[in-house]
Amino acid sequence: MVVNCEHVWREISNYLEGDIEPGLQRAMEEHIRGCKRCTAVLDGTRNVVQLYGDERMFEVPLGFSHRLQRRLEENMPSTRRGFLGWMVAAAAAVLVAGSFELGRSSVFSHPELRSEHAQPGTGVPPDMMVVVSTGGKTFHAAGCPFIHDKAHIQTIAAREALREGYAPCVRCMKQYLRASLNRRSGEFESAAHASGSEEDSIEQEASISNTTRIGD
Amino acid sequence: MLEGMTSLNSPAERFNEETLIRRVREGEHELFYELIRPYERRVYSAALSILRNEADAEDAAQEAMLKAFKHIRQFRAEARFSTWLIQITVNEARMWRRRQHAHLVEPIVDHEDAEGNYIPRDFADWREVPSETLERKEIRDKLAEALESLGHIYREVFVLRDMQHLSIDETAKTLGISTASVKTRLLRARLMLRDLLAPGLGGTWSTRLHFAKGTKPW
Repeated sequence: MVVNCEHVWREISNYLEGDIEPGLQRAMEEHIRGCKRCTAVLDGTRNVVQLYGDERMFEVPLGFSHRLQRRLEENMPSTRRGFLGWMVAAAAAVLVAGSFELGRSSVFSHPELRSEHAQPGTGVPPDMMVVVSTGGKTFHAAGCPFIHDKAHIQTIAAREALREGYAPCVRCMKQYLRASLNRRSGEFESAAHASGSEEDSIEQEASISNTTRIGD
Repeated sequence: MLEGMTSLNSPAERFNEETLIRRVREGEHELFYELIRPYERRVYSAALSILRNEADAEDAAQEAMLKAFKHIRQFRAEARFSTWLIQITVNEARMWRRRQHAHLVEPIVDHEDAEGNYIPRDFADWREVPSETLERKEIRDKLAEALESLGHIYREVFVLRDMQHLSIDETAKTLGISTASVKTRLLRARLMLRDLLAPGLGGTWSTRLHFAKGTKPW
């Protein structure tokens, strides 16, 4: 078989792919050996394929990876965590619980009580809504008959009431006073922490179960 | 010949990839980025070669990866994951192009799928490709410029086959054309690029390509 230049050019891409008959391949190689122009075309075409096939041709704009990652995170449904994920979540939960404990203990340790005779109480759920009156000294459960100055009452979170120096009502909030009446202040602090930890651990368990259900 | 141009990942990498795919499917969504990270440059490059605009390419690449995530259960292990990603990206980028430029008229050359012979117009000798050539940004820019000047039907085939290393069949399926058309367009794309680049990279000039931007010698 004899081929000319045009034939070579027409088949040069298939030649590079190895996608031609052996007879044609031999004929092309024979022609190319003696043809300067076809040698130039073959060398150049092969170089084009090699250059463009190099990974270095792939460049991305600055910050591309970060933006892609962020876009994926924003658009992914909540994930079911692996072991490492759970460890991180557990550590975060402990930190959060610790923060609450720290906050709570500081509230109970240093309340500037409105009444010097009142007991600060212990284990009051910080998010519980309680009733106080502007000029009063104690906070109450809603509906407590011992709320004074009912014309100026407001409902606030127990955390806020404690911060304002209100003490638990000895009638409607007595369960939070029992420990402080019977124990010395050091023992009282321990009891407050233990009670709080138990609540928090229950909350954490509920939160984890919920996440697992979502992931499933 | 072009041996090795379609090399797959190593067996260890493939095993790791299969594991990641399984874990993402089972709900560890945060591993998805880890899965696509090795291909993000290729994905962006595929989108850019079709859209020719960096901002559009980035948006299309992000959208394509979100679609890949949503449809990862549809990925079949007999295909390469990288090929699957590139196919999704190409489809997404082509959709963007249709949506954004529907009102524009493409250059005539983009519509013609010339079956006639292409005659090389330059016979500059270009035997050697120094390994450090691509380290030079101006060379990479010139290569990108030359590629950009091709009509999109040639550019798409060239990018999928010679840059993304899809097979002829995969390229044909991705673009919805016959393998014969892929071969014809590939031949022309390679020869046109050689005509554009050989005079410069062949050594008659070394620092500046002398074809004017926007002009096509064919």
